[in-house]
This record gives sequence, C-alpha cells and structure tokens, in this order.
Amino acid sequence: MQDIPLTVPPVPPPDQADPPGAHQRKGAVEGSATWSLSDRIGLAICWILGLLFCAIAVAIVVYLMIQGIKFLRPEMLWTPAAAGFSETQTGGFSDAFIGTMMVATLGIALALPTGIAIAVWLVEYGRPAALARITESTIEAIAGIPSIVLALFGTVIFSSTALGFLSRTTEGVVFGRSFFAAGAMLSLVALPLIVASVREGLNSIPRHVREASYAVGKTKAATTRRILLPTCRPQVATGAMLGLGRIIGDTAIIVVLLGATQNFAPVEGAGFPLDYLRGAGTTLTNFVYEASPTGNLNQPQKAYAAAFVLLLMVLALNAAVDVVHRRARKVGTWSH
Amino acid sequence: MESLTPDVSDFSLRIGGAKSDTPAGPPPIRRIPLEDPAPATEALPPVGSGQPSQGSGFTAARRSIKAPQFSIRRMEIDNVSVFYGPKEAVKSVSLPVRQGEVLSLIGPSGCGKTTLLRSLNRLTELTSSARLSGRILLDDVDITEIEPTLLRRRVTMVFQQPNPFPMSVFDNIAYVLREQGSRRARKKTLEPAVLSALDRAGLLEEVKDNLDHPALKLSGGQQQRLCIARALAAEPEVLLLDEPCSALDPKSTQVIEDLIVKLRDDVAIVIVTHNLQQAYRIADHVAFMYLGDLVEYNSATALFGNPREQRTREYVSGAFG
Repeated sequence: MQDIPLTVPPVPPPDQADPPGAHQRKGAVEGSATWSLSDRIGLAICWILGLLFCAIAVAIVVYLMIQGIKFLRPEMLWTPAAAGFSETQTGGFSDAFIGTMMVATLGIALALPTGIAIAVWLVEYGRPAALARITESTIEAIAGIPSIVLALFGTVIFSSTALGFLSRTTEGVVFGRSFFAAGAMLSLVALPLIVASVREGLNSIPRHVREASYAVGKTKAATTRRILLPTCRPQVATGAMLGLGRIIGDTAIIVVLLGATQNFAPVEGAGFPLDYLRGAGTTLTNFVYEASPTGNLNQPQKAYAAAFVLLLMVLALNAAVDVVHRRARKVGTWSH
Repeated sequence: MESLTPDVSDFSLRIGGAKSDTPAGPPPIRRIPLEDPAPATEALPPVGSGQPSQGSGFTAARRSIKAPQFSIRRMEIDNVSVFYGPKEAVKSVSLPVRQGEVLSLIGPSGCGKTTLLRSLNRLTELTSSARLSGRILLDDVDITEIEPTLLRRRVTMVFQQPNPFPMSVFDNIAYVLREQGSRRARKKTLEPAVLSALDRAGLLEEVKDNLDHPALKLSGGQQQRLCIARALAAEPEVLLLDEPCSALDPKSTQVIEDLIVKLRDDVAIVIVTHNLQQAYRIADHVAFMYLGDLVEYNSATALFGNPREQRTREYVSGAFG
C-alpha cells in the first residue's frame, strides 16, 4: 500500500467543530406562549381530546380487567354451556371460545391469501386499468357494507341446494347456517382491510428496488415472491390482525349465519372435523350478547368473563403484530 | 488475464496534486485504506495544472486511468430513438459499447441518458408508454431477440439509490445466483460464487466475517458496492451504472470509481453521470447528450480538452447544466 500525501489538514473531530452555544440551541423547544389565541385554543382542544381518548381506552380495559379477573374462572374455558337454574349449573363457554377460534381460522384462511393476491395484482399488474378500477371500487364497496347485510345475503347463498354440502341438509332442505357459511362471509369483512394494508406496503417499496431485481434477470413473479412480499411482512401482519379483530368481533354474521346455538350442533355422520364445520355453533361475541342482561341467558358475570377473554385475544394479536414490526426494523429500509 | 490489467496506479497524482516520482515496478493496488482518517475529498488539483487547457473552460481532476489495453466491441447502439408517448426522449443515437473501456454518458437532467441506458437491457419496456425504434445489438444479436430475463443477466444494472434487498448480505447475492423464485442451491454450494462476487466488488474484506448482516444496515457506500457485487454475480458481459455515486459521500465515490476502472477489462461498462469530473476521471469515451440528441461522442481527453461542438464546450465549461 502506498502512502497518500496529504495537502489538506485533517478535519477536526466533530465535538470541537461545534460552535459554542450549539448544544443549547439543540435542546430548545418552541413554546406556545408566542402563539395567537386561536392557535392556543386549538392546541388545548387537541390535548383535551387526546387525553379524553386515552382515558376512555384505559377505562374500558381496566374495567374489563377488573370484572374479568373477578368473574373469570379458568374452567369456564373448557366447560361447555349447559342448561341449569343457577350460575353454578350453567357451565362455561368453551364452545363459544372454540367457535371464535374456528371462525377466525376459517375467515382468515380465506381472506389472507385472497387479499394478498388482490393487492399484488392491483399494485404490480393492474391491467387492464378499467378492471383494476372496478376491483378497487368493489373492495371499497364491500368495506362499506354493514355485516348484517352481508349476513342476510349469505343466507340466500348458503341455503341454495348447490351449496348444501356446506351446512346441515335434511331431506333436501338446506339449513344454510354453519361454520363454513359464517367463515366465508366473515372473510369478506376482513378482506378490504387486508387488501388496503398490503397495498400500502407494496406501494411503499421504491420502484428502483423492483427494477434492481428485474435488472438481474428476475421475473415479476420471482420478484414478488422473494423480494416484495417478504418486505411487506409487517403490513401483511397488520392487515391480518385488523381482519382477525373484525372477524372475532363480529356478531351480526354469527347470529344470522352460524345459528347462534349455545353449543356446537355437529351434523351427524359427516365425520370429524366436517361434522362440526357443517354444523351450527356460537362464538364469544354471541355468548356475551346472550349472557348480557338483554340476552336470553342473563348472566352478566359470565358476559364479563367472556368479554375479558375476547379482549385478551385482541391484545395478544396486537402484541404479535408488534413483534413482526420490530423484526422488520432490524432488517432496515431504503433511504428515499 | 493478469497481463491485461491496466496500470492505474497513479492515485497519488489524483489527490495530492503534482507528484512526479511515480514508483517503478509492479503497480500498487489503487485502493484507499478505509480506516484512513482523511477522506479523499481533494480530487481536484490546483486549477491550471490539469491537462485540458485549449480553451474548453473545463478544469478537472487528473485523468486517473491509462489508455485501455484492448477494446472489444460488445454492444452496438444503432440509430436508437425512444419515445414516451408522443415525447421523443432519445433521438436517433448511435454508439458503440466496448469491453476494456468505460463509456460515460453525460448531459443535463432530462437529456435522455438514463433512458438510453435503460433501453440497453430492455428495462424501458417496463414503462408501458415507452416505445423504441432502431436496433441495439449485443454481440451482433438484436437484443429484442434475446429473452428479457436472459438479456438482463448478460447486461446487468446498478441504480442511483443503493437498493440492496431487505435480507442478509449473503442472500442478496445468492438471490441472483438462484433460479428465479427458487430457494434451491443451498448456502454451501453457493458460497464460492457469492464470495467471488463480493471480492470483485471490493467488499469481501469488510463483510466476510458477518455475511448474515442485514444488507440495509451497511453504510451507503458499502450498500452500493453490494449492488455492484449483485450485478457482477450474474456474470454479465455489460455493466450499466446509473449515477452510482450520486447518493454517496466522496470517499465511497472514490472507492467505487476505482472499482469501475478495475472492472473495465472484464465487463464493458456504461456509466451515466452528472459529475463531469467523474466522467473525466474514469471514462475512456464520453458521449454528451442534450435534449435527446447525441451531441458529441469522443475520447474523454478530446471531449473535455477540445470539444468539437459549441454546446459541448458550453456544457463542460459550466455555462449550463
């Protein structure tokens, strides 16, 4: 190695280069004292609303936690609901708990691949443009339809003879209410959220990153699979979480399309697990509704316990998404 | 191959100004030690000491490369025009691209130099409104007759923004070596090829201890060299560089320029740059484009020292840009 003759004096280290007073300037925060009155009132309103919002959220969580911890007994999670005259005889809500898991699994299993595929098509292909526009509007329309309307529509579809294999069918009459039916309709509730989130993720990847992959001879499909979708993992997770939240929180579709029984009503002779999936059932949201003072069961304590379980599920989902986001940050991103 | 390596030793001339006693014997490696505290920001020698003097108005660094040892014509741009809708971005340009030489495309923003570069590996086709007329030949075969993915492995490209993929250093290179979307070819079997690509891009020393490091956590200059390594991993015949140093600091720029000069014998190099000094430092031939026209194509010394065209003279002297 050759010595490099230097004609330039070495740059002084940064701490010496800082002019005096630089540190004070760095720490200074602009105060609102000099603002106009309307600005200050606006700021105050923002603060009040923000704090109020936090207070409401904290109140809900804390209240449910207190009630939940007071009334939740672990055995409720594995004891099915039963008929009885007192709270001790009516059992727990294991069927509802498992039912929630089932519709969530079915719904997301349908919605996630479909949603990702739609988002990829819209962002990466999107031709012909007219079809892309129609797809976009359709997704937006679905997002805007109340779930009770979707449920009503679902009864029409799933009561048809052609789809009789998805629910209980007695002498040619299709019942049209089953985990299959509810899961399929619930996937529509989750779909727009997943599409929106994945689209946002794909759109945030700079164009030149795609081109870098094409420029070493990769096809669009390979680029999508190996570069784009892995990069979008956090947004996929967010979309899935939001979708799952909507699915496990939905009540209308459960009441109309799942039969809203208190226990599983498997179809005899269908064979596990089809007998359960084709049968009617219930979920935690439906249980909370039934157990609340307005419902048929009127066991508010169990309603609180079930609501607490629901809340824990949602919090767990949030935490899971957080983990995915944190992992993605470790990988880094491009400078724009 | 060893004998063909050009003597590009006079690094000291470049940053230190006049230093006449160049060491005899085998050429030392022209690379700045990265731990060196003084960045090579002083690429410009004292005004007036440079070669170009005959009234071009261009004052620049010393040429850092010697005449090419050989040059083989690899690509031929033949009367190429590129349209975006009704707008003609490149107007009937004809240029040769030779291995053993660095070809630099210069010109003000929007003059079509990047478009021309992108049409060399058919990346312009990804823009739906783009249309190309004329012929581009790669080893006498029209590139429209070569399957695009195959062509883009023979003519690879490095972009303005460093854009490693969000995976490890190793996987960035392995991705290129593997078949399309496949995960096949295990790490072990790919390792020699990956290390060789990193070595050719001059990055191996810095990353060899931690090939699992996330590529996007490297410094900007390292990221760009990783992108060059990625482009080299496909074993290309032509390497396209689209302002590869514009997002980098002077020290990283220096490292990459050295690398480009070193690579010119193995691959034909076309570099788009905004930086006239850079073009003068590393290019053998320079093409000046203006509003889609190829105004002047000549050797770097001639184009900067004694431009034929008035517009070239104005541009290299800084009258516009």
